Amino acid sequence: MSADAAVDHGHGHVTNTGMSNEKLAMWTFLGSECLLFGALISTYFLYRHGDYEGVLPKDLYDIPYTSVSSFVLLMSSLTMVLALAAIQRGDGRRLRVWLLATAFLGASFIAGQVYEFTSFIREGMTIKTNPAASAFYTLTGFHGVHVTLGIVMLLSLWNLSIRGKLNKERSEVVEIAGLYWHFVDVVWIVIFTVIYLIP
Amino acid sequence: METEHLVEEHGEHEHPGEGLYIRIALILAVLTAIEVGLYYTDFGEKITNGMLLVLAGGKFVLVAAYFMHLKFDSRLLRRLFASGFVLAVLVYIAYLMTLGIFV
Repeated sequence: MSADAAVDHGHGHVTNTGMSNEKLAMWTFLGSECLLFGALISTYFLYRHGDYEGVLPKDLYDIPYTSVSSFVLLMSSLTMVLALAAIQRGDGRRLRVWLLATAFLGASFIAGQVYEFTSFIREGMTIKTNPAASAFYTLTGFHGVHVTLGIVMLLSLWNLSIRGKLNKERSEVVEIAGLYWHFVDVVWIVIFTVIYLIP
Repeated sequence: METEHLVEEHGEHEHPGEGLYIRIALILAVLTAIEVGLYYTDFGEKITNGMLLVLAGGKFVLVAAYFMHLKFDSRLLRRLFASGFVLAVLVYIAYLMTLGIFV
């Protein structure tokens, strides 16, 4: 591809692909994350019905409780995309409101997961109880770590905005963080269905 | 000429407005409610599981298409993400079949 083919794509980037390298890198990373979560979900599938001693995860699921958690995470995707719409309009105040709302919803999801893990441990299912429990805690724990990292990103963006370092021209930074956040949400959509709802 | 082609091939478009985002969120909420409702109904294991997978697939596509803007962004990004996703699904289905999980 000739150098002439490089194009400026609206965010001040001049690249051969016509889009920013950061956005391309985030999508490549998310594609690779599909393989990570695919491995963790497959491992849980492999062990979930084993004839093991001790309590199995499926015996302890609290579907109404997890449904509310799932709904909370799903709605955080709405607040995230509203934050992006706000910065694209140049509305810094609403950007900060929606970023904080997203971080709060994410933190609520994590609090729910901590409560779920605590109650499972009280019921006698620890990460060492059997391979099914190990696979369950590893899968949902990895997802929880991803959500926590997302909350750190959101609070960092909020801090940048407060200090006046995040404006309409840099809206792609919020878009890229949003891509990560929405990915964490779609992973949970899969986990909620195939792990919790399909027995 | 080549530049014009590139812009068309990899072109980003305007993102949708807040009204569409809210409508998509409402649809996602309804789909989640149907999923949870299905869990408590008895249409037979295969039918229920099939419906749950279709609903989850629908939610996945809605978030990726509208909230992640894959519907509006470059085709290159769509292919990049789809290749990772499809590769993951195929590799792990093959892996689980090898271990006799679906037999």
